[in-house]
Amino acid sequence: MTTEDIKVLDDILSSHDYNPSLVIAVMQDIQRYYRYLPEESLTYISQKLGLPEAKIYGVATFYENFSLDAKGKYVIKICDGTACHVRNSVPILEEMRKILGLSDSKHTTDDGLFTVETVSCLGACGLAPACTVNDEVYPAMTPEKARELIKKLKEAEGV
Amino acid sequence: MSRIRTRDELNQKRKEYLKALQAQSKQILVCGGTGCVAGGSLKIYAKLNEILKEKNIPCALKIGHEIEENSVGLKKSGCHGFCEKGPLIRIDPLGILYTKVKVEDCEEIVEKTIIGNEVVERLLYKDSQGKAYENQDSIPFYKNQTRVALEHCGKLNAESISEYIAEGGYQAVAKALFDMTPEEIIEEITESSLRGRGGGGFPTGRKWAQVLRQDVEEKYVVCNGDEGDPGAFMDRSMMEGDPHKVIEGMLIAGIATKAHTGYIYVRAEYPLAVERLKIAIEKATDRGLLGKNILNSGFDFVIHISQGAGAFVCGEGSALTSSIEGNRGMPRVKPPRTVEHGLFDKPTVLNNVETFCNIAPIINNGAQWYKTLGPEGNHGTKAFALTGNVVNTGLIEVPMGTKLREVIFDIGGGVSGGEFKGVQIGGPSGGCLCLNEEENHLDLNMDFDSLKKVGAMIGSGGLVVMNEHTCMVEVARFFMQFTQNESCGKCVPCREGTKRMLELLTDITEGRGTLQHIEMLEELADTISNTALCGLGKTAASPVVSTLKYFRDEYISHVVNHKCPAGQCKALVNLVIDSDKCKGCTKCARMCPVSAISGELKKAHVIDVEKCIKCGTCIDGCKFGAIRYE
Amino acid sequence: MAKYMIVDGIRVEFTDERNVLQVVQKAGIHLPTFCYYTELSIYGACRMCMVEDSRGSVMAACSTPPRDKMEIRTNTSRLHDYRKMILELLLASHCRDCTICEKDGRCRLQMLATRFGLNQVRFKDTRPEMPIDDSSIAIIRNPGKCILCGDCVRMCNEVQHVGAIDFAYRGSNAIVTPAFGRTLAQTDCVHCGQCAAVCPTAAIVVKSDLKNVWKALYAPNTRTVVQVAPAVRVALGEEFGLKPGDNSIGKIFTALRMCGFNTVFDTSFAADLTIMEESKELVEKLKKGDTQMPLFTSCCPGWIKFVETKHPDLMPYVSTCKSPMEMFGAVIKDYYKKADEESGLKTVSVAVMPCSAKKAEAARDEFKTNGVPDVDYVITTTELIKMIRELGIQFNEIEPSAPDMPFSISSGAGMIFGTTGGVTEAALRRVAENSQYAMKEIEYSGVRGFDGVKSAYVTLGDTALRIAVVSGLGNADELIKKIKSGEEHFDFVEVMACPGGCVSGAGQPHAYVENKKKRAAGLYTTDKSALVKRSNDNPVVMHMYETGVLKNRAHELLHVHYHTCDKK
Repeated sequence: MTTEDIKVLDDILSSHDYNPSLVIAVMQDIQRYYRYLPEESLTYISQKLGLPEAKIYGVATFYENFSLDAKGKYVIKICDGTACHVRNSVPILEEMRKILGLSDSKHTTDDGLFTVETVSCLGACGLAPACTVNDEVYPAMTPEKARELIKKLKEAEGV
Repeated sequence: MSRIRTRDELNQKRKEYLKALQAQSKQILVCGGTGCVAGGSLKIYAKLNEILKEKNIPCALKIGHEIEENSVGLKKSGCHGFCEKGPLIRIDPLGILYTKVKVEDCEEIVEKTIIGNEVVERLLYKDSQGKAYENQDSIPFYKNQTRVALEHCGKLNAESISEYIAEGGYQAVAKALFDMTPEEIIEEITESSLRGRGGGGFPTGRKWAQVLRQDVEEKYVVCNGDEGDPGAFMDRSMMEGDPHKVIEGMLIAGIATKAHTGYIYVRAEYPLAVERLKIAIEKATDRGLLGKNILNSGFDFVIHISQGAGAFVCGEGSALTSSIEGNRGMPRVKPPRTVEHGLFDKPTVLNNVETFCNIAPIINNGAQWYKTLGPEGNHGTKAFALTGNVVNTGLIEVPMGTKLREVIFDIGGGVSGGEFKGVQIGGPSGGCLCLNEEENHLDLNMDFDSLKKVGAMIGSGGLVVMNEHTCMVEVARFFMQFTQNESCGKCVPCREGTKRMLELLTDITEGRGTLQHIEMLEELADTISNTALCGLGKTAASPVVSTLKYFRDEYISHVVNHKCPAGQCKALVNLVIDSDKCKGCTKCARMCPVSAISGELKKAHVIDVEKCIKCGTCIDGCKFGAIRYE
Repeated sequence: MAKYMIVDGIRVEFTDERNVLQVVQKAGIHLPTFCYYTELSIYGACRMCMVEDSRGSVMAACSTPPRDKMEIRTNTSRLHDYRKMILELLLASHCRDCTICEKDGRCRLQMLATRFGLNQVRFKDTRPEMPIDDSSIAIIRNPGKCILCGDCVRMCNEVQHVGAIDFAYRGSNAIVTPAFGRTLAQTDCVHCGQCAAVCPTAAIVVKSDLKNVWKALYAPNTRTVVQVAPAVRVALGEEFGLKPGDNSIGKIFTALRMCGFNTVFDTSFAADLTIMEESKELVEKLKKGDTQMPLFTSCCPGWIKFVETKHPDLMPYVSTCKSPMEMFGAVIKDYYKKADEESGLKTVSVAVMPCSAKKAEAARDEFKTNGVPDVDYVITTTELIKMIRELGIQFNEIEPSAPDMPFSISSGAGMIFGTTGGVTEAALRRVAENSQYAMKEIEYSGVRGFDGVKSAYVTLGDTALRIAVVSGLGNADELIKKIKSGEEHFDFVEVMACPGGCVSGAGQPHAYVENKKKRAAGLYTTDKSALVKRSNDNPVVMHMYETGVLKNRAHELLHVHYHTCDKK
């Protein structure tokens, strides 16, 4: 880790008073900064919070939102809650994966631009089927709209 | 903002703010709920603000000390509930609701309605017969509702504490602090017979009494906002639309149980709710309604927000407190119960968002008023997220005991896309209801006890309507997949049992099922329901049990006749080309990855069912809609 | 009126039992469990101990407090079905290579499957392949055999404060693992093996060195010397029908000779050496007035590793004495050196220990001479049981025998090393005046007993020593915090990594706490009948110092300088 990294982590830790019971909030901040949880960062906070690494690893892998792998610049979450499922969310997921060459086991594109994952419910059931791109909600999706969305995002990136 | 130091000051401020609100000639409420925001409501809000400025119409974005006569109030409100028709705008005092508003409509709205007191006809809600409704409250979707927990949602600026105070906010706190003892507060709540809205339906008053009884200095009030049920968003709307009401409910719980610290546990998937709650807590603290010596009563109370990180099981009490403490969210054995050893091992009041939203109204209006709503033992109202194959999806609140038929047909406007088949209520822990020769659940009263009798539960209030094209085995499989994915993995029956149930259900939907599969599903369901460690595990099999009970024919049809009556299970249906519609363009034959389609140019094509892998590529590709599942 | 419960129609009185499970036990019924240990927190995950009350509610006995007049049944038809289903579910995800499994015959999953007559697994075989982690010098983890009862996790975290392993992931993907999927060797594991001691299956086992030991026994030109630790004698017999605590050391010596060992010794003898050195160190420390921090004992390798990883700043306060096993290891190799050179024989030194951490200790560089370990192989009590079984030795029928010369006498003080408080009591006997009264005073000072933390004042001449006896690393960790903060002050602190000391070691046959206590009691009984009570009364020991191998060489052979002291 660079001194820059250590400063980032120290700032995050001190904003949570080095309180071990706030380890989830600490990890959320780390993930917000790096877009994932780098292993060294967890080792570092383990020492600073006085928690075993195995415990921190256990917490990090328990919760769906934490990722130990680097995520794409655009994280696309496709809602597969009941309402979205009933209104055909699966074809949207399949379409996105098809376009981006992703699968059930591969969530992030090689260029590090896109991550596609499902979420059990965004609570935007009135807009079903819905998806989010970096927390911005896109309502009433169709495979067609999904294609356009990816196209738009790719264009914005100049690829 | 100045601190409100006493009860008198609170009353005085209320008058001031009310006067300021009344001074506004019109109020435009732009829905700022997640649904409408996604539909572009924030752009509409900005545009309206811009137009009002251009036209030199005095516009009040918030109410302060200067009262500007005849100004127009423009505010972002919480969710109006009618998400299907969003973005929504309500204009008071006319009570007009505009639906599916676009940025381009703003000019006309200001011109006609704000300045001219006219209605923009085309933006009104129209029912299936084409009848337009000018007044929001006369729209069947709203007319048939009774809003208590949601009373302010969509009517107040969700980020303004002043408006909340103007509407009588924090009066219940003042009453609880100065006119009542903790015992009297609990007596009032007990008398109202309020039961927890999070699923279990445990009497709230009794829970509080148990916490008050604990002779421990440190106690906690925890608000469960981990609304993880797929298909539910009531709590989210309340946190986003009326955050102060949640805070007020928690404060009263604190006063009643002598606790001084509160935590709100919010799902990470609800960033807007977190933001609104943060603003609300900040403002309440600035105004002295949270913190030390509230209203000079000597009572202290602080609230922290704890964000979830994506685990449905954290909706379970002990898993939730475990998560706040920074651990894996795994439920623990009980006893000890949360009321004795909850958060940080201290006595803890744990209620969900909706329950807390009912507290202030009960304290303000009294238990007797509350008891006029709903049937004996199930008093009050319940919010539901009405979704699925229903015309009007959205957020609703009705008295307990309202018939399912009224909810789906009067409020929901009926089933969309086909005939009514059933509803799934209560999320992954709930069950399916149906309408057939033996059972008529449409006329079932929706309350804790009646639903329990038929093997379903109110849960947190997700209500998913399903039409005839929905395969109930697939619905059961969907929920089992969810539960299996969300199982914490601690106890054997839930961890291993749900995995095996999913395996069996997948076999059935993919055409490999046998009668033995059904038998094993029942055996597993019995074991899991009776031996799982926590409430979530114990109810994990409910969707399977209830579909097996009410839709057994469908299961039998899958495993004996190898047919999916709803035509949803791909493995059990065949793709066919309608020879009347097929133009013989050959596109499908070219697209088919396994060359299962043949035919001559300009002549109807056929699919070889032996070769076909039912991928559906041909359906998507056919421009004439000639290919379908059969 | 005494409180009572009706268990399967039998009236059972109860007082302060913490749960229904214990009351049921009083009725003479052992409910099946995987995740219940009285010394661990109640986890309630296996759901095997379900009982049914008179209203038909089903509940886990381990986590239900008993209520007066409560009526339960333990064997209804439903319960039978549920237990069978749970077992079937567990087996569906579990390795089924029973006959070649390390734990065959001692695996609780296997035993319960047999007990409930499970004869089929109807579910699909979807077991993922999971690599075996044999990176550790003392412990092997086989995740494919893990049933996720969490016993090891709670042991490692709650009881030992080591935190080398924990749960990761969730639901059916949940596993027990070191952080980031690393191997056990990459963690702070102290090799105490308590995880293996509580593991109901073979998901965590102590690594076996039997292959090497057999090889040495059959190798030509080899002198095989074996030493047996104090705690082994009161536990080994349990596997051959003896009661826990019955001292079978004589039979063990005979059995070892039958296995082919040329020379057999008792580690208790080396414990006497330890006492001579450690008490000297204590007295010198006190004399110097260096009393701010206590002298910590150094017999337990799990404890040493724990200090090295978690409290390295305390290493200077840990006694420089080698453990009895390593003292003996050095002495044995030194003693036979000349004879070996003359005869062309090679001495292979084996130790039978109740412990897994001893395997790691023997492999440390500090205990090697010219690259060769002083103790070549360490085998556990359980491994020796396997040797005895393999050779068909009828343990109950063989005659006892005595250890070999010249190290053939041990004191009672050396024998009680096998239980918590033993080292302290032995050291006190050494430094206190020689009288019956002093012996009694020490016995009743509070150093005995199975409690995790004991403390006592002992008068030594005109000074009063403050002493702490700790077993279980979590207890040690807590005590260290108090010492560091100044809340507590001690002159001498004995630490044993395993709760209860070596009688509870991971190399011992599986036992619950009641039987571990009986083992400890067995050691005190042995001490009572010992002719020599104090280490300094052991004539062999005194002879060694005066004219034997230790003359002027005590420091060289009996003390160690841990490399971890050098860092920083």
